[in-house]
Amino acid sequence: MKMISAIIKPFKLEEVKEALRTAGIQGMTVIETRGFGRQRGHTEVYRGAEYQVDFVPKVKVEVLCDDDQVSQVVEAVMTAARTGKIGDGKIFVLPVDQVYRIRTGEMGTDAI
Amino acid sequence: MLASAALVMFMTPGLAFFYGGLVRTKNVLGTIMQSFFALSLVSVIWVVIGYTLAFGTDIGGFIGGLDFAFLKGVGATPGEMFVNGAGEDAVAIAPTIPHSTFMVYQMMFAIITPALITGAIAERMKFKAYVIFLGLWSILIYSPVAHWVFGGGFLGLWDGSVGALDFAGGTVVHINAGAAALAAIIYMGKRKGYPQEAMRPHNVPIVILGAAILWFGWFGFNGGSALGANGLASAAFINTQIATAAAVLGWLIPEWSKHGAPTTVGAATGAVAGLVAITPAAGYVEPYAALIIGLAAGLVCYLFVSLKPRFGYDDSLDVVGVHLVGGVLGAILTGVFATTAINSAAADGLVAGNAALVMDQIIAVAVTLVFSLVGSFILLFIVDKLVGGLRVTEDEELTGLDLSQHAEVGYSFAEGGGGHAR
Repeated sequence: MKMISAIIKPFKLEEVKEALRTAGIQGMTVIETRGFGRQRGHTEVYRGAEYQVDFVPKVKVEVLCDDDQVSQVVEAVMTAARTGKIGDGKIFVLPVDQVYRIRTGEMGTDAI
Repeated sequence: MLASAALVMFMTPGLAFFYGGLVRTKNVLGTIMQSFFALSLVSVIWVVIGYTLAFGTDIGGFIGGLDFAFLKGVGATPGEMFVNGAGEDAVAIAPTIPHSTFMVYQMMFAIITPALITGAIAERMKFKAYVIFLGLWSILIYSPVAHWVFGGGFLGLWDGSVGALDFAGGTVVHINAGAAALAAIIYMGKRKGYPQEAMRPHNVPIVILGAAILWFGWFGFNGGSALGANGLASAAFINTQIATAAAVLGWLIPEWSKHGAPTTVGAATGAVAGLVAITPAAGYVEPYAALIIGLAAGLVCYLFVSLKPRFGYDDSLDVVGVHLVGGVLGAILTGVFATTAINSAAADGLVAGNAALVMDQIIAVAVTLVFSLVGSFILLFIVDKLVGGLRVTEDEELTGLDLSQHAEVGYSFAEGGGGHAR
């Protein structure tokens, strides 16, 4: 099993969600976060003082899938989240040791 | 007049929001509390001794006597209001309103004046220290200056006095608070992390709400200073609107050209600068002069605030830059533009042929500034020794005033906010 952790531009969330559903993914976790890579932040002005704010708002989407679904899921997220401009984000693929469904106690692939 | 008093009262919570939104999230309640608490403590002090020190029978031109302590003799019959107590030197003012109405109207000014100071030393003062300073300042600094200008003392319009014009409290409120703010900034020092760390407003919409409430309430502050429902109140009200509107432009134009964007905080601050500057002039000048005063206030305060980094101090919310600078500018321009054509009970200024008034204004400015600066410094020192430090500890400053001083959190938007009963 793998966890796909994708950091995307916030306005892309709806599109990515739909692409994941089409790819067969039923559930996900969404976290509002901030970050930067090559994308530069912005300047704010308050009463004559300028402030450089480096962090840019992002959304992190986390989904689980079987090993054989990974390339399909990654492709779906990549296509949906891409704008072609700096700041589109990154996708991390992480190994998962175990998964449990809290309600029933099921483990492994049954719990995804 | 009662409605005007209510309008001025509303300015204090308005100030609470204006300042509250400008500070960081962890200090929003501490900042609001400093203004809100003044509504309570200063009201009580005013009743007991503040009012009488300001408006009781004059003693040597310096202070009022205790004739009205606990509001004894402050009656509800219209036309019994005399400035300078009830003795033979008393001057009848406000013939159409009760003494008690005048008293409660003035109370609202006494409340907001010390609250203004808090912006300068935002995010770092111990609440216990603030409470004591607030009480002492109200009695020992506010009431005397109010007496000198409004209550028959040596600065106002009475026989043998300096004869300075101050319609609604440019000296009594703004220069007074601004000079005290300067003393506090110097005495207490900068916030930890200033100026390297960016300390941005955490809630700009609330800043604008606060500024709007201040603008709204200021119609009572200036309009009501006519002390009656009359033509002078109308003139003061209108001058207030004109100057404030012009001041917004006076701020936004240089800001837009320098930074490439006009900001809402800038518009709100420009408005406040205009409100401050027109305060001494509102019932003495013609509309064209209100335009000039407003524009000048917006521009001058913008320049002063922009230059703030060069002064090397942490005037956190620009109390010196807006209230002191705006107040001084307004007082002097009152000397330039005052005309008996608007207020026959007052005096002519420079443009109307009486250059001497400008000198009177400068004297009143200087006296108020020096008294408040030095007096506040002394009070700060006394309170410092009394409570063992005016500032919160370094840890408390990092945690924030809300938790450290008030055991509260401003915003717990996450469901329930967590935690459990002890």
